[in-house]
Amino acid sequence: MNAIQILGLTKEYGGRRVVDALELSVPEGELFALLGVNGAGKSTTIKMLSCLTAPTRGDAELMGHSVRTDSRRAKEILAVSPQETAVAPNLTVRENLELMAGIYGRPMGRAEEVMARLGLEEWWKRWAKTLSGGWQRRLSIAMALVSQPEVLFLDEPTLGLDVLARRELWSVIRGLKGHTTIILTTHYLEEAESLADRIGIMNAGRLRAVGTAEELKALAGRDDFEDAFVVLAGGEAAS
Amino acid sequence: MRVRAFAKRNIKELFRDPLTLFFGLGFPLVLLLMMTLIQRNIPVHIFELHTLAPGMALFGLTFMALFSGLLLAKDRSSAFLARLTASPMTASDFLLGYLLPLLPMAVGQSVICLGAAVALGLPLSWNLLAAVAALIPSALLFIALGLLCGTLFNDKQVGGMCGALLTNVTAFLAGIWFDLSLMGEGFKTFAYLLPFAHGADGARAALAGDWAALPGHLLWVSAWAAALMAVAVLLFRRRLAAP
Repeated sequence: MNAIQILGLTKEYGGRRVVDALELSVPEGELFALLGVNGAGKSTTIKMLSCLTAPTRGDAELMGHSVRTDSRRAKEILAVSPQETAVAPNLTVRENLELMAGIYGRPMGRAEEVMARLGLEEWWKRWAKTLSGGWQRRLSIAMALVSQPEVLFLDEPTLGLDVLARRELWSVIRGLKGHTTIILTTHYLEEAESLADRIGIMNAGRLRAVGTAEELKALAGRDDFEDAFVVLAGGEAAS
Repeated sequence: MRVRAFAKRNIKELFRDPLTLFFGLGFPLVLLLMMTLIQRNIPVHIFELHTLAPGMALFGLTFMALFSGLLLAKDRSSAFLARLTASPMTASDFLLGYLLPLLPMAVGQSVICLGAAVALGLPLSWNLLAAVAALIPSALLFIALGLLCGTLFNDKQVGGMCGALLTNVTAFLAGIWFDLSLMGEGFKTFAYLLPFAHGADGARAALAGDWAALPGHLLWVSAWAAALMAVAVLLFRRRLAAP
């Protein structure tokens, strides 16, 4: 079954088309990475899929629930880890997780489970604002997982982190693969290449190419994924 | 369940900010003490405790607007609200979650302010409880004002509007430390079109046991509070739906 079915999803702001008739299917359990240069339409797509903004035209279904007409049910099965770290700063790690469990009506024991799964136990008493950037980002992802979402949106999860923190988060994200359908947006090409089952490349609001990293390299006729991305994203071909 | 979880979070956010406690509870008490000392040296009718204390309790409630406005504006400026907006929380869940922790805090603040007035010489009576109850519509009014500002402005703007402007406007237009008649009949009429003077007079009427005067003041403040809350809910819903 497809976890996500996107049908002609379009968003316009004041006549300017930001996302243009997007068509895509993402099977259950897949980690799908959305790549694109700034302004390609990735974040707007995520906002529409996570019911944060309404599409101008078209629709998308999350596990069969339309984001247009059944957003209430869709919101019960999705979770978002936004680009900025989205934690309550004056709450402890545990309190942040219990807050999300309470909002989704999950048992408080879920907080313990997620803390253990993401290695947050030793920080449970610390206020979120006192954690390092990497640990805040890890907490932000943990908060998205407390509700046991069927569809998880990770918007630039490792942006601004150092290499070690990024690699640690990669292993966390790898651990989620197969259980949860994940849409990941990132600027780091190696992140998409390393983590994603399939990758979609967006440019000017349109999905230009979809496939595995290998398929995209073959499609672009390049051995290097970065070169392939430049070709498919509409830039100049690498020499 | 959602409202309870969110309200619990807001209580913690409020009480873990020491400035909140200082301004919310300490500042009105300092003013009450100062003006009582002035009254003892230079007797002025408006500074007598039975007139001053209910007004000062109302003044203390202006900080509820600051707290609710800052909390909402800070949440709006961070990705935290985006996370919650993508959750099953509705606009009503959000606003109740902000409102519910502040209401008992406002009642507690009125109790402390009037309790301090008793310590300074205000006679102890059951009417003190009536005055606390009479201040509840004003508490709702200021919380609604804060939510409205928090919906429309960023945290710095809310700090200026609810922290500096609203406290001064309330102090002037409620006749807390001067008689509104001193500014002329036009000013007084204008002040009584707004809810602040009615809020102070309602609390004074309750404290004095003037039950005939009480409903008019309470109705006026309640109508303003309901109207402002309705506008806040409407605008907040629009903000949630906006990109």
